[in-house]
Amino acid sequence: MKKQAYDLVIKGGLIIDPALGFGREAHLFVKDGKIAGIENDTKAWRKKIDSMPDDMVIDATGKIVVPGLIDMHVHLREPGREDEETIISGCQAAAAGGFTTVCCMPNTFPAIDNQETVKFVLSRAESADARVFVIGAVSKMLKGEELAEIGDLVKAGAVAISDDGDYVQNPQLMRCALEYARMFDIPIISHAEDQYLCADGVMNESFQSTRLGIKGRPAVGEVIAVLRDIKLCEFVGGRLHIAHVTTAGAVEAIRQAKAEGINVTAEACPHHFCLTDDMIGGKFDTNLRVNPPIRTKADVEALVEGLVDGTIDCIASDHAPHAEEEKDVEFDQAPPGMIGLQTTVGLVKTGLIDKGYLSWADAIRKMTQNPARILNLPVGTLKVDGPADITIIDSDKKWTVKKKDFRSKSKNSPFVGWKLSGKVSQTILGGRVVFDGK
Amino acid sequence: MKLQSRHLLGLEGVTADEISLILDTAESFREIIERPIKKVPTLRGITVLNLFYEPSTRTKISFELAEKRLSADTITFTTSTSSVKKGETLKDTVRNIEAMKINMVVVRHSSSGVPYFLTQCLDSNIINAGDGSHEHPTQALLDLFTIRQKYGKLEGLRVVLIGDVKHSRVVRSNIWGLKTMGVSVAVCGPSTLLPYEVEKFGVDVYTDLDKAIDGADVVNIMRIQLERQQSGLLASQREYTNLFGMTAERLKLLNKNYTVMHPGPMNRGVEITPEVADGKASVVLEQVTNGQAVRMAVLYLLSGKWEEEE
Repeated sequence: MKKQAYDLVIKGGLIIDPALGFGREAHLFVKDGKIAGIENDTKAWRKKIDSMPDDMVIDATGKIVVPGLIDMHVHLREPGREDEETIISGCQAAAAGGFTTVCCMPNTFPAIDNQETVKFVLSRAESADARVFVIGAVSKMLKGEELAEIGDLVKAGAVAISDDGDYVQNPQLMRCALEYARMFDIPIISHAEDQYLCADGVMNESFQSTRLGIKGRPAVGEVIAVLRDIKLCEFVGGRLHIAHVTTAGAVEAIRQAKAEGINVTAEACPHHFCLTDDMIGGKFDTNLRVNPPIRTKADVEALVEGLVDGTIDCIASDHAPHAEEEKDVEFDQAPPGMIGLQTTVGLVKTGLIDKGYLSWADAIRKMTQNPARILNLPVGTLKVDGPADITIIDSDKKWTVKKKDFRSKSKNSPFVGWKLSGKVSQTILGGRVVFDGK
Repeated sequence: MKLQSRHLLGLEGVTADEISLILDTAESFREIIERPIKKVPTLRGITVLNLFYEPSTRTKISFELAEKRLSADTITFTTSTSSVKKGETLKDTVRNIEAMKINMVVVRHSSSGVPYFLTQCLDSNIINAGDGSHEHPTQALLDLFTIRQKYGKLEGLRVVLIGDVKHSRVVRSNIWGLKTMGVSVAVCGPSTLLPYEVEKFGVDVYTDLDKAIDGADVVNIMRIQLERQQSGLLASQREYTNLFGMTAERLKLLNKNYTVMHPGPMNRGVEITPEVADGKASVVLEQVTNGQAVRMAVLYLLSGKWEEEE
């Protein structure tokens, strides 16, 4: 058999790579798990492609070809809650959702607050359908009391630190964490919700919480937490990343901090820009229970504005699997969080692109170039010789979110039954097709 | 005329016609309670489960008596520990009980939304006897009944709901019911106990009790839970009583022929002086008696029994 010059070609798609500033129809070539080249549609290339065996050609005509997407905020639950998700199952969900890279949060059991657990997660991820980067803990056992051995965590591979799930309530500890992490040039990812203001709250504090008689988590709880962290970051330096921004006030605080040159970045989640708190009444769907909570229409508008003007750098899912029996309970007894890896692309397309807020290039930048830059990841672009992590999106394909299609071990999504536009058709990890939705 | 839903989860969304139907039906049951033999065969063969996940005296007894007077078979399950702590989920508990073939469930629970949750896992009719700080529809219905009984109407009256508005399901159900029936509603309490954007209910909001009750017909005084002090919502019981305690002196601000209501249990000397609680304008015991009639009406209308009779 004749040796092929390439292992795989993705033919005729609209290639969008914000990192390369690339955006036109072309052919993408892969060899040895790496990007081998992007070529215009000339007669010579067309002839070469036509001579390649069918199983080495993916026809992406009419589709969008982008760098494998990065979800910088997921919970993979392993170790500890393998009934809810494993690194393998979470990465299968990632692949089906178009993500070739996920960054997992450290609130596992045991927590990822030590070198051994980082190594455990990375070794489990070796055979997974996505690359896994680890976010280590800020504090030992995420207790918010003493710093974790951050140097050790970084040495083992951690790309950031976070006590996600909880705010680092003690300002002195947060100050030290920012200063300490500076040595390793990694960001601290803050779950910015003041624990006193939000104590026992299970939904946004608004007329909706008033109407339903449910304890609220006020927007000001997020705004204050964000402002404090920004001020600490301004004072001691370091890099601050605000996870899952939800409020108009926090968007404004981050916008202003950026204008002042403070080293802060931020992410938003699809559920926070697609859902509002008035959806809780009536059915009390525990899949709508999430921290920080889904907010008001005005907050959604501010969030979209922040995404449009670049205040919000990234889109992340905060994929949070929970066992069915834990969600099938009283509203205020359910654990917070929802899965999101397989609905993100559809929600971004339907909620942001179709409404004219973002272009595909803007949206892709927030799921490739920006998270890669913030976390210093060697992925998120189609540059030649880089890993062949590629996502192909059928941008106008209409589909319905179905529980049975979730590859995650947990099915806790409030989007089941939603009709979305934009679906991942193939996901390629290091040249290997890890998802083929045809 | 019948109720739209086969459950009574709250008064939000219940129409004026439906409320009138319940109150009118309650009138006829109210008469039965005064008879020497206070029993009718209306719900014979129907089994009602009273599921109380929160302590309750009067609501529980009231429902039990209402059921017994309608000849229903009743069983009452009371627990102070949440099902989660016991290791069995609420869903499993109720499905197990329903497997013993019951028809209706009266539920009280500390979590808002539990009555709706039960409609999703059971076939029984569900009656909300208080869920979290959300709704307590039968309490509001008995309040409406009591007001209507005294004035012969509801529309055009002015009712002030006083106290811990934030945590009160009685207040919420009263607001929905009263507004639907054309009553002008005000709420009054310390600002820390007025929930966010409470004015969006379409009520007048006061923190000055004298201003709130000026020219009103009815004051409905809520129990103040003394634990609120620990969470910083109140300074002290003494200060609460000074600012919001209902006294005979204050009652002079109300319209002639005013009414004093309280859903109980009362903290005498805190939110209400004994003089007011026992005064001739007080209908607190009438409320309790009427509660039975209203609950009989709700049980009857939801049971579907009346359909067989027609």
